[in-house]
Amino acid sequence: MEQLLYASEVVVNGLMTGVMYALVALGFVLIYKASGVFNYAQGVLALFAALTLIGIQQGQVPFAHLISAVTGMHLDSFGWTVPSLLAILLTALVMVGLAILIEALVLKHLVGQEPIILFMATIGLAYFLEGLGDLMWGASVKSLEVGLPQGLSETVETMTDSLFGYGFFIDRLDIWATIIAAVLVASLVAFSQYTKQGRAMRAVADDHQAALSVGISLRFIWVMVWSIAGFVALVAGIMWGTKSGVQFSLSLIALKALPVLMLGGFTSIPGAIVGGLIIGVGEKLFEFYIGPMVGGATENWFAYVLALLFLVFRPQGLFGERIIERV
Amino acid sequence: MKKRSVRLFAALATATALAAPAAWADLVVPNFSYRTGPYAANGAPYADGFNDYFTLLNERDGGIGGQKIVVPECETSYNTEKGVECYESLKGQNPVVIAPVSTGIAYQLIPKVSADKIPMYTPGFGRTSAQDGRVFEWVFNAPTNYWDGASIAIKYLLDEHGGDLNGKTIALLYHNSAFGKEPIRTLQELSKKHGFKLTEIPVDPGSSQEQKSQWLQIRREKPDHVILYGWGVMNPAAIQEAANVRYPMEQMIGIWWSGAEVDVTAAGAAANGYKAMAFHGAGQNYPIYDDLKAHVFDKGLASQGGPHIGTVLYSRGMHSAMVTAEAIRKAQELAGTDAVTAAQVRDGFEALDISEERLAELGLTDFSPAIKTSCEDHGGSGMARVQQWDASAKAWNPITDFYEPDNEVIDPLIRADSEAFAKENNITLRCN
Repeated sequence: MEQLLYASEVVVNGLMTGVMYALVALGFVLIYKASGVFNYAQGVLALFAALTLIGIQQGQVPFAHLISAVTGMHLDSFGWTVPSLLAILLTALVMVGLAILIEALVLKHLVGQEPIILFMATIGLAYFLEGLGDLMWGASVKSLEVGLPQGLSETVETMTDSLFGYGFFIDRLDIWATIIAAVLVASLVAFSQYTKQGRAMRAVADDHQAALSVGISLRFIWVMVWSIAGFVALVAGIMWGTKSGVQFSLSLIALKALPVLMLGGFTSIPGAIVGGLIIGVGEKLFEFYIGPMVGGATENWFAYVLALLFLVFRPQGLFGERIIERV
Repeated sequence: MKKRSVRLFAALATATALAAPAAWADLVVPNFSYRTGPYAANGAPYADGFNDYFTLLNERDGGIGGQKIVVPECETSYNTEKGVECYESLKGQNPVVIAPVSTGIAYQLIPKVSADKIPMYTPGFGRTSAQDGRVFEWVFNAPTNYWDGASIAIKYLLDEHGGDLNGKTIALLYHNSAFGKEPIRTLQELSKKHGFKLTEIPVDPGSSQEQKSQWLQIRREKPDHVILYGWGVMNPAAIQEAANVRYPMEQMIGIWWSGAEVDVTAAGAAANGYKAMAFHGAGQNYPIYDDLKAHVFDKGLASQGGPHIGTVLYSRGMHSAMVTAEAIRKAQELAGTDAVTAAQVRDGFEALDISEERLAELGLTDFSPAIKTSCEDHGGSGMARVQQWDASAKAWNPITDFYEPDNEVIDPLIRADSEAFAKENNITLRCN
């Protein structure tokens, strides 16, 4: 019985962790869906967004180190702080600005190129943004506080204790992540289904040439999609940054999104969520039952094994579009 | 055509100048830094402390024995392959010592430095059994190593429990890498000796931001103590998860690589009371900082503008540079020349005697334990103390004196490991 309760706790926490993975995977799906580009820079976008948010919140002078090196002036801070909500809005604007720049400086020049060329461009973008983030805001570890609660939920612990005689651990941050992810997914689905821009985005995803022929601006759609992906990256950056601080490693959360995408499909928003949940639960249960027999630390590779197993039976992922090519 | 030739000549001249080694009289001490990548937050302060100490010697004293110290920096990103590339590219500059600041890189370089006859210095990291100078002629890891750290953690916990750990449970939460696995054998032996139950919990470096499984296990099993051997983002994530599951911070103790400001900052007030071992001090309350201020910081020569001055990892970089400088000084004394070679610096490392008086002369009173090495002993005293994080003051405070490691357990382990290495590699034991 005790073992079953522990396993149930692991499952619940696996689901919560899966939501955190899905938050990262969503950004990949959005860009892939609209442009067929696998955006290698999505993890770095999350890092860049989180660094910018903290910089704005704390009134940090961007490029302070560079300014100091060139002019000799030490300007670390503007001397003010910005409330969290306003800082989030300003960061979202920065991400829109970044999307405009990416479109103008990179994507515009690659229209009509093979997807692999666009993928390579996003690799370059990832490394550039990594360096830019460091240069703008510094490489030290930063604490991100936007008022999200964190730590054991006493309500859940007390409730489960009175029901089962064992108090479950659930992180309050994970509960918030679940709520935020649900709102985000609902908003994205509503946007793509019921707005003119959303429909235009889907049209571009279906066929670039056909969309262009009916007067849809490819450039506008790309800016819009990269802006939304930037906003999703900001949300992911906030959740993961609150969890373990903001530093370079935040960009590596993209690695946790890959098996989620393989499993859920690259083109489905609900697929990202379901994929995240399956990966989260699968890796946690495997670690719980099998981990101790094989020395532990299985989660990193098992997520990929699970994704590969699904791929064998459904190559397009659970919710991905089935590709039928006739010869 | 003429224009083209001039351009070609200019390009060649520039390339030659860039690739040229330091002037023959300079002493080259490379800085294997990692200012980029997942461990940048840890690597940058260390590299700055290392640079600033040598800048101080150059600016204040004109180098060591009149020889300027050149510190070429090579970015490794804490990546073993890149670290080896750095070694190969810097070898041509005739470095007098190599200090790779990574256990993975150190392991790869042991055969290379031994063949190239360049001493390698790995304070508090690298291959623990390199302490045995009979086998590892070219490697030095004074003042302490991972196994010493594990035994000091247990000694401290013994003191906390009135000398008895029988029946207690201790979890080792470790970075699943060459570094993190180092203390396992020692802790297993110590668990037999003191009767505590040891649980080993690995965290994969690739997913060390997400440690829910590990901390759910700790919450279920409720160990009396958690010893943390983490690095990079694993540390703040572990400390935050400990706070989340309400594991008492006072019952956690980290190795020195899990005891810097970057490890506790993200968790904020929740990290208050967390403990870690340290083999040197931190902060700017040492006389050396008067000289650093006058000769380095105020002249605008601080490495990278000086954003990390006085932090734990900055102090560690400075400590490494200080020991290296003392080895060079000793080498000059032994060789009777200032322009020493790598082989002569090795001799200097092997005859180190950095006493408390010498530390005071260097402006580092009570900064670290004295270091004395010999042909057999490349590891020094192995001493470290315990410090505790005060979140409100944002400061690490030492809470114990320096502890000696449990040599009764560690010495046989080191001998067994180093002698096995000697056998595998056909090395004849030295120091007879």
